[in-house]
Amino acid sequence: MDYFLLIITAVFISNIVLVQYLGSCPFMGTSKAIGVALGMGGAVVFVMTMATALTWPIQHLLLLPNGVDYLQTIVFILVIASLVQLVEMFLRKFVPPLYASLGIYLPLITTNCAVLGVAILVQRNDLPFVRGVVYSLASGAGFLLALVLMAAIRERFDTAPIPRVFRGTPIALVTAGVMSLAFYAFRGMGG
Amino acid sequence: MIASSVAIVFGLSFVAAVLLAAASRVFHVEEDPRVAEVEACLPGANCGGCGLPGCSAAAAAVVAGEAPPEICVAGGMDTAAAIARVMGLSVDYREPQVAALICSGGDRAKRMFAYEGVRDCRAEAMLYGGEKSCGLGCIGMGSCVRACPFDAVRLGRDNLPVVNKALCRSCGKCAEVCPTGAIRITSFSASLLHVNKLVDCLAPCMQKCPVQLDVRTFVQQVKTGDLHGALLTLKNRNPLPLIVGRICPHPCEDICRRKIVDEGVGINALERYVADWEMNTGRIPIHVAPETGRKVAIVGGGPAGLSCAYFLRRLGHHPVIFESHSALGGMLRYAIPEFRLPRNVVDWEIQGILELGVEVRTYMTFGKDFDLGDLESQGYEAVFLATGAWRNPRLYIPGDDARNIVGGVDFLTGVGSRWTNLKGRRAVVVGGTNSAMDIARSLVRLGAERTSVLTRHIPRKMAANKYEIEKAEEIGAEILVQTMPQSFELDESGRAVAVRYVRTEYPDEKKAAGEPRPVPGTEARLEADLFVVATDRVPDLSPYLDKRGLGPFRLTKQGTIIGDDMTMRTNLPHVFVGGELRRGRSIVMEAVADGRRAARSIHNFVTTGDVPMPTLPQERVVPESLLKGMRVRWRIPKVQPSEVPVKARLERFALEVRRGIGDREAVKEASRCLRCGFTCYDAEAGSEFAEDRDVTPYEQAVEN
Repeated sequence: MDYFLLIITAVFISNIVLVQYLGSCPFMGTSKAIGVALGMGGAVVFVMTMATALTWPIQHLLLLPNGVDYLQTIVFILVIASLVQLVEMFLRKFVPPLYASLGIYLPLITTNCAVLGVAILVQRNDLPFVRGVVYSLASGAGFLLALVLMAAIRERFDTAPIPRVFRGTPIALVTAGVMSLAFYAFRGMGG
Repeated sequence: MIASSVAIVFGLSFVAAVLLAAASRVFHVEEDPRVAEVEACLPGANCGGCGLPGCSAAAAAVVAGEAPPEICVAGGMDTAAAIARVMGLSVDYREPQVAALICSGGDRAKRMFAYEGVRDCRAEAMLYGGEKSCGLGCIGMGSCVRACPFDAVRLGRDNLPVVNKALCRSCGKCAEVCPTGAIRITSFSASLLHVNKLVDCLAPCMQKCPVQLDVRTFVQQVKTGDLHGALLTLKNRNPLPLIVGRICPHPCEDICRRKIVDEGVGINALERYVADWEMNTGRIPIHVAPETGRKVAIVGGGPAGLSCAYFLRRLGHHPVIFESHSALGGMLRYAIPEFRLPRNVVDWEIQGILELGVEVRTYMTFGKDFDLGDLESQGYEAVFLATGAWRNPRLYIPGDDARNIVGGVDFLTGVGSRWTNLKGRRAVVVGGTNSAMDIARSLVRLGAERTSVLTRHIPRKMAANKYEIEKAEEIGAEILVQTMPQSFELDESGRAVAVRYVRTEYPDEKKAAGEPRPVPGTEARLEADLFVVATDRVPDLSPYLDKRGLGPFRLTKQGTIIGDDMTMRTNLPHVFVGGELRRGRSIVMEAVADGRRAARSIHNFVTTGDVPMPTLPQERVVPESLLKGMRVRWRIPKVQPSEVPVKARLERFALEVRRGIGDREAVKEASRCLRCGFTCYDAEAGSEFAEDRDVTPYEQAVEN
């Protein structure tokens, strides 16, 4: 039950994009087509989970015992950047179509504050390793959900009568705002 | 503290670096440096028109040899050439393609519901089937406009998309989102090779025209003063507009929807108007694809052969016409009298075709100077046979071999040389064909004292057109309807002096149905000095048969060579047949149509080795498109081209009888066109001429 609530919290109540406002850049950039959104979301889920799985032991075995936990941000950036590079190499070698379709957005994960944010949140909330990893996975799923929902809506924008001044990013931001309001409604679920 | 911090950061960095270095070895992907070079050549539009997810993928496909240098639809020939340079390849000609709309709008049926949902053609098509009565028409919500990544499509009048050809990159996005197929991607070759399909939006005139002329577009171009465009529209289907504009019996006008409320649009007069405009102002250059170097032999330089040569040349091939006469034109030059078709018109039209690069060899008779084997050994990849139907069959009645009984074709080809003056002579023409009318009109002009035409039918059932019959009667020929010759009376010298004939009746006299049969006891005789037989024309098959009467081709019982109706292909895979050699006696437009279809087949045959059948071709008039009643707002009289007086016709044999129409007349006539689609039409057509005295409101609109 704990894990269920943890997942619900990560996906809906504290959605990393729509409630915590992290990772807005790839959220806006890669949510124009459902196919790309799924690819990007999948990559983020993977990187986020791996990032927590790597940063948790570093935090608990290296930084905290040595009293250098103030290095948390810089060390986590270093680990996540390396991880993304690794994923990029992997995709290029084994899944070239996904690599080609993600294009510039894959390196963007390196600087995706959602990934760093989740890794730091896990530490800040003192989550044990397994709970931390599950929370990261669910946060990634929340990111994926938000991305796909947004892409589905934006595909409709292509055929909707939107005033010229609102077309493109403005209407996407307005939509993201409305979606945030909708996700805030989940707050009551957490008790 | 500082030391441990530095040690930890550097230590972690070192570990990460080592891991990444190891990973880069494990996951190493060899990338051809040319991928980046090719990608740099591409415009980076990522339009997806090439079928790949983006320019990077396209570049990788080119380098991998999976795509040609011409892959980019957005970049055109310059991009293709740049890619070819990087790859060390030669670039093939990449034909420009553009989006084209087939829907003319017409009087678009009211929508079933006031739909307030997503403004998308697909949504409306899915929910309500789009327009009320036409599944082919443009829905007009502008999905194509929004889908176009190059801003090449906008919504024009009546919410119909207008394509800016200069901006269109043929990515196909507009066609992709169009649920009815009203907007399509097409190219010059595709339009030349297109056979009208059931899924096209075809007005009745377009369905009836043998060459499938885009009548609606060309008439609208005349209306807007775009004569250049109108000429190109004509020449995309018909290489002989000047000739056809004079002699076509225009079946399109007979089926014109406007005929339901008044008279059909004068399509033929407009065609002549546009073609005359070109002849008077100077030749308009037309697009010819780059040379392919493929040689095709065309046997016969009549309308079918000329048409085939013209289309093959425009597709880049090298057609060579073999003609037995001294000049090209066939029946057009040798059998149609000058008062209907002046020689300078024939010369100008043929010269235009030759200037495209068609080669001609005159005085070359098939079966005598060369045969199929010779053509094959000379490197011709395909052969089109179109030697026409130059033989008049005998009547097979007593005395029909008399010296002064001549065939219609012989007579017409001998006018001006063998037949120059028939003053005081009496002549009888047997037959009710257009040729018979031409002969009768020629005989009167040559001074014949009395010219009679014997025909088995009543005028409505005669093979000749109503107009030709009227002209023959107008000049003084006597048409003896429902008569049938029985025998000729000969004198001692073997000359025929009279024809004995009987009256005929139809099995169902009231409806004039069935084949007329002689009525016993109605015998009569008609004396004359010259008898011309023009009942029919059949091909001379002797060049295609050996002494035993056998040959390589399958033949019909009527003595024509069998060729497929769609592909014109004979039983020999590389030989195609068309015109009167395949159909027997027919109109010039049918010969032109055969030439065009043969060119399509030959093009496919020489380029792919296969001759595909067109999918869903429109072969007969679709009943759904024939409306019984219409509401049209304005009644405008049909243009009547003026004609020279009968007296002048009798004085000057070669004087062309019918004149062309003027500029205002042409625009006004074009405004009568209802811009019909499959079932729709423009009820307000011609409203811009509402102030004219001869234009009246059509108050008594015919109800369905």
